[in-house]
Amino acid sequence: MLTIKNLHAGIETKKILKGIDLEIKAGEVHAIMGPNGSGKSTLASVLAGRENYEITEGSVTYFGKDLLEMSPEDRAREGVFLAFQYPVEIPGLSTTNFIKTSVNEIRKYRGEEPLDAVGFLRLMKEKMALVNIDQSLLSRPLNEGFSGGEKKRNEIFQMAMLQPKLAIMDETDSGLDIDAIRIVANSVNKLRNKDNAVLLVTHYQRLLDYIIPDFVHVMYNGRIVKSGSKELALELEEKGYDFIKHEVSLPEEA
Amino acid sequence: MNDVLMSTIEQTVLSDYKYGFVSNINAEEAPKGLNEDIIRFISAKKQEPQWLLEWRLKAYRQWLKLEEPKWSNVTYPAIDFQDIIYYSAPKQRVGPNSIDEIDPELKRTFDKLGISLDEQKRLTGVAVDVVVDSVSVATSFKEQLADLGIIFCSISEAIQKHPELVRKYMGSIVPPTDNYFAALNSAVFSDGSFCYIPKGIRCPMELSTYFRINAENTGQFERTLIIAEEGSYVSYLEGCTAPMRDENQLHAAVVELIALDRAEIKYSTVQNWYPGDKNGNGGIYNFVTKRGICQGVNSKISWTQVETGSAITWKYPSVILKGDNSIGEFYSVAVTNNHQQADTGTKMMHLGKNTKSRIVSKGISAGVSNNSYRGLVHVNKNAVNSRNFSQCDSLLLGDKCGAHTFPYIEVKNSSSVVEHEATTSKIGEDQIFYCNQRGIDTETAVALIINGFAKEVMNQLPMEFAVEAQKLLAISLEGSVG
Ligand SMILES: Nc1ncnc2c1ncn2[C@@H]1O[C@H](COP(=O)(O)OP(=O)(O)O)[C@@H](O)[C@H]1O
Ligand SMILES: [Mg+2]
Repeated sequence: MLTIKNLHAGIETKKILKGIDLEIKAGEVHAIMGPNGSGKSTLASVLAGRENYEITEGSVTYFGKDLLEMSPEDRAREGVFLAFQYPVEIPGLSTTNFIKTSVNEIRKYRGEEPLDAVGFLRLMKEKMALVNIDQSLLSRPLNEGFSGGEKKRNEIFQMAMLQPKLAIMDETDSGLDIDAIRIVANSVNKLRNKDNAVLLVTHYQRLLDYIIPDFVHVMYNGRIVKSGSKELALELEEKGYDFIKHEVSLPEEA
Repeated sequence: MNDVLMSTIEQTVLSDYKYGFVSNINAEEAPKGLNEDIIRFISAKKQEPQWLLEWRLKAYRQWLKLEEPKWSNVTYPAIDFQDIIYYSAPKQRVGPNSIDEIDPELKRTFDKLGISLDEQKRLTGVAVDVVVDSVSVATSFKEQLADLGIIFCSISEAIQKHPELVRKYMGSIVPPTDNYFAALNSAVFSDGSFCYIPKGIRCPMELSTYFRINAENTGQFERTLIIAEEGSYVSYLEGCTAPMRDENQLHAAVVELIALDRAEIKYSTVQNWYPGDKNGNGGIYNFVTKRGICQGVNSKISWTQVETGSAITWKYPSVILKGDNSIGEFYSVAVTNNHQQADTGTKMMHLGKNTKSRIVSKGISAGVSNNSYRGLVHVNKNAVNSRNFSQCDSLLLGDKCGAHTFPYIEVKNSSSVVEHEATTSKIGEDQIFYCNQRGIDTETAVALIINGFAKEVMNQLPMEFAVEAQKLLAISLEGSVG
């Protein structure tokens, strides 16, 4: 589904990603862990098409297409979804209206008729039950005044509504209590199937107790320095990131 | 913000005017220029009574003595008042009794605008009085209104049929000497709307007028008068679009509202006149005087405006809060793009006791435009226990446009409270990206963000027009993306 080869990206003169290689197949869950500032969010943003990152080297292929050539909205329409680490607020714009626009823009791209009010409401009711989100939250302006947990839940709800092929979740578990984490994990597990994939950025092993990853990658200083099975997450939890720093011999900074 | 995104946003807002076409109605015109003979020509053409001719002439003589105002935050080349045609009427058969009888060319014009009369007739409960080139051509739902004693007609017709009401109220709120453009309007006004709601009557439908500037070089001088008798209620909507042309056109309307005891007038405007091209050529000069008086106790006047058009807008819908406990409201969205300039706001004049006013102004600037809010809240010595709340928010698209706020506050007693809040924000790159990531293109994203920003004002519009106004906001800020 997704093949990342030797991806280098940065901002202005700052190099952030220094050669990422990653292969994700349909049906898989990949977890990316790593200390703050190692480039996890940058990777997520670059995949989603944020324009202020400059890609200096490498390639990303998504279902055989050059992902980097696509506009951010077309990536979304082709099934790439990013659950933001910091979801933005849009004052005055109702969350429901926003999601309805999103759903129908994507349907339009696929040549489908837009959902009418009734059809949309039905879909919404179904997904609300799935991710355990309150109707009242969805009638409020998009993320405006939402608590951290509410914002994250709204991201999961949107993911459920859009049913992406590749879901990139950037620290969706951060700042959530254990009950909320369980709900997030449950939602993700219910959405998982053989045709879609999840790229999970997380700091904590605890989310991986609920979402069992097929692969765990450790990112450090713009590179994936170690990959393994879910046991790697446990090892990280136990030993901290320092053991990675000692274990991998890092080339000198340019 | 990086340059790529910035230019995308800029392109998004650099839209072409969608309603630019000139419909070919064979106009019957006065010669160019302004003098006492022209005023006599207009008055004769309209078969007006002698008192009105004299009223016009007096206004004209006053106008000659006045100076064009220079205090607003707008600049434009000098207007040649002798180069304007002050009267033009579309030719058509006399007295169309139904909408189906009007000039087919005119009908096509409205069809192109997407506001065909057929469609409007279908709009539930909306009566439409259409003004094209200064003469009313179609009026509907009249009988229904007449049954309730409501008068809704062109001002010309009111002058003929209800001269006592016109004579009593016209010029009582905006005297012909009020200001330069009001004096000009009083001298040469060609037509407009008249509305009278009798005591205790709640007008059962939105009254609506679409204004349209049509023949080239025709200045428009509308005059609107709305009288709400004791305990009555009316909601009135004025909407307008104009065809594209090169020369600037002057529009100087006067609107007067009178609310007697416990009466309520809700006046909504959707203004979409040609704003000029991307380089600032052409466009309408919109110099309007709008004022209402809460004459009676517990009366209420509410102005709502959505202003997306005109090259220059100079407009301050005001309320004189004379009756005790009366309420004045002003809700405004003003969009400026490219080279547009808007200097708009309101005046709330608190004279009666316990009077309240509320001002919500949302300015959206794009391109190299300039958008100013100018408001005066005046609380008189006798207006004890009065309150005002003002909220002025500005949203900027890009960094070449300007937003300015000029709030003037005068409070002459100690029991009154006046509050003013103001914010300025920019559409964020992160907001656009968030929308993009949900499959929404930048153009649509800008429209969503703007409609969110303007929502508090849009919510004040009558339901059936809110949708149209939202589309207008989007249209005035849309364009080719990327
Ligand atoms: N917009 C930006 N401008 C400048 N530096 C940035 C920007 N975004 C990220 N960085 C830098 O890139 C590095 C990686 O950041 P990030 O991808 O957010 O890491 P993580 O998500 O792993 O914590 C950090 O040093 C961060 O400061
Ligand atoms: Mg991060």
